[in-house]
Amino acid sequence: MKLKSLLLGVGLMLGVTMAQAEEPFKVGFVYVGPVGDLGWSYEHDQGRKEMEKYFKGKVKTTYVENVAEGADAERVITQLVKAGNKVIFTTSFGFMNATVKAAKRFPNVVFEHATGYKRAKNLGTYVLRTYEGRYISGVAAGLLTKTNTIGYIGAFPIPEVIRDIDATYMGAKSVNPNIKLKIVWANTWYDPGKETDAANALMDQGADVLIQHTDSPAPLIAAQKRGARAIGQASDQSKFAPQAHIFSVRDHWAPYYIKTVQQVMDGTWKSQDFWGGFHDNMLQLASINPNLPKNVRAKIEETLAAIKSGKLKPFTGPIKDNTGKIVVPAGHSLTDQELARVNWYVQGITDKIPH
Amino acid sequence: MDADFIAQILFSAIKTGTPLLFIALGEVICEKSGVLNLGQEGMMLMGAVVGFLAAYSTGNMAFGVLAAMAMGCVMSLIFGVLVLHLGANQVATGLALTIFGTGLSAFVGSDFVGKTIQGFNPIPIPYLSSIPYLGKILFEHDLLVYLSFIMTVLIMYVTNKTRLGLTLKAVGENPNAANAIGIKVLRVRYLAIMFGGAMTGIAGAYMSLVYTPMWAENMTAGRGWIALALVVFASWRVGRIMLGAYLFGLASIMHLVLQGFGWTISTNLLAMLPYVATVFVMVIISADKFKEKLLAPRSLGKPFDPRHMA
Repeated sequence: MKLKSLLLGVGLMLGVTMAQAEEPFKVGFVYVGPVGDLGWSYEHDQGRKEMEKYFKGKVKTTYVENVAEGADAERVITQLVKAGNKVIFTTSFGFMNATVKAAKRFPNVVFEHATGYKRAKNLGTYVLRTYEGRYISGVAAGLLTKTNTIGYIGAFPIPEVIRDIDATYMGAKSVNPNIKLKIVWANTWYDPGKETDAANALMDQGADVLIQHTDSPAPLIAAQKRGARAIGQASDQSKFAPQAHIFSVRDHWAPYYIKTVQQVMDGTWKSQDFWGGFHDNMLQLASINPNLPKNVRAKIEETLAAIKSGKLKPFTGPIKDNTGKIVVPAGHSLTDQELARVNWYVQGITDKIPH
Repeated sequence: MDADFIAQILFSAIKTGTPLLFIALGEVICEKSGVLNLGQEGMMLMGAVVGFLAAYSTGNMAFGVLAAMAMGCVMSLIFGVLVLHLGANQVATGLALTIFGTGLSAFVGSDFVGKTIQGFNPIPIPYLSSIPYLGKILFEHDLLVYLSFIMTVLIMYVTNKTRLGLTLKAVGENPNAANAIGIKVLRVRYLAIMFGGAMTGIAGAYMSLVYTPMWAENMTAGRGWIALALVVFASWRVGRIMLGAYLFGLASIMHLVLQGFGWTISTNLLAMLPYVATVFVMVIISADKFKEKLLAPRSLGKPFDPRHMA
């Protein structure tokens, strides 16, 4: 009898605790790279962890890394839906069509696609104003270069990358009228060896400050070896090049993930095209090097403050492209829709955009 | 474009070509014995991660290289047992080794992502490095590049001038005949495979200790495959392998260099050149009458079982 009542008591307790612990709200993430890439996917994963911590057990997240863009992505997304995830973040441009299809098939799940442009009732998009970080990078590079030459490593000539090159040049030009920008396309997002080659090719041709739109820390290491300087991409990369590192522009996705998940749980979420920058704490300047001259540091912080407050908008007219055509009329700042379509180099960049 | 700048480009071409050279030198020995090991990419990644781990934990670069060599040997031994003793298909097993090595290296290295090491420093050779231009191109490198020079000469000598080279050739050309005169075919093939593994291990260490002193998942980015193409491109001749490695190295940096000069031709075209050259050579090889001249080992890829011989 005693044993029975004991068992009953335990059973009751279990039942009570189980009833108390509500089923957690499930959120899924799809990454294009490994979480250990120390760049793009790594920062998405940091955002995921920060978000999960914020909700203190009320939200349970699942992630799938190294997902190939294409048919594989569709399968992974479907699996995440079947596993009961109510919100799914797909974090690479190439997941766009897979996400659009999934959104059609599963109307009761909310989808959020990073850097894309296709939306639906249950599919929103979000992107970073990386050009803000580039403008500040340009300012710093323009002040620090002794050869008046900045080396820029691009991945692929898509609007996001072109836009960032323009912003870099405008930032540099604002502090150094003699600045030259040399651009090299690596044709890859991630290949430490190739990125090293690109960095060396630029330094061979006189560049002494490097800015990269590729994901590995290799260019920083190459700059460090040859006494040049460089800016970290996507995450804090200072430890790779303690002397060469100027600062890193860090992607910080957590505020958006927290906000979105909260909205979906409250039932207030609506599909939109969200652009986040320094003002939203979604970009951060990480580890500004203490070895920078005081005036450079001051200028960096001044520019950052101006961008944060909205006083400085890099794409404000009049801006001419490098054929002399006015692309942004005086008094106008490009809207988000217009920013998404930038496909010209600003006046002063001598290269042509490859096709 | 002045002479100093050209010297700088050639210097970079040698650096870029060195990992290819190591792999191709190992693979050519392996293929001369009649075994085709397509697992280079996986072995290279394992070499890179283990080399980095060892160098990071001990602070000793040379130990890192040795560890990478050992890892390459172990990986190739797995391959050896499967294809030599168990008679598995060489192509399929090699591919499996690449997939296996890619995954395992990511797993092993996950705690070491983002760690940094000093890496090898260049050591200019006294007197030689002060030769104008040539000194800059050839004699201002790090130890591993010099090692690749030595290995090339050594392998050229062994394959062309020694009994050991002849034995290797016999096993690769006609294992039955070699077996009949008392050569232990499988033993020679094991040794050749392991030598290839060790060389690929060094190539991996070169990536993670010299070229980009860090570990990152999949950091070799297909160089193992390029090296395999290089062996065919060089038609199994050691001298040509060295030349080819630097040509491939040059081709892969040339499109970056030219962009800096404002060239507008598609850079993808230039990046493609080594592959086009390789396909071209392969086409020539497949035309039978040239085959003899091109020295493709005749039993390449074919299994050998001594039990069927008695």
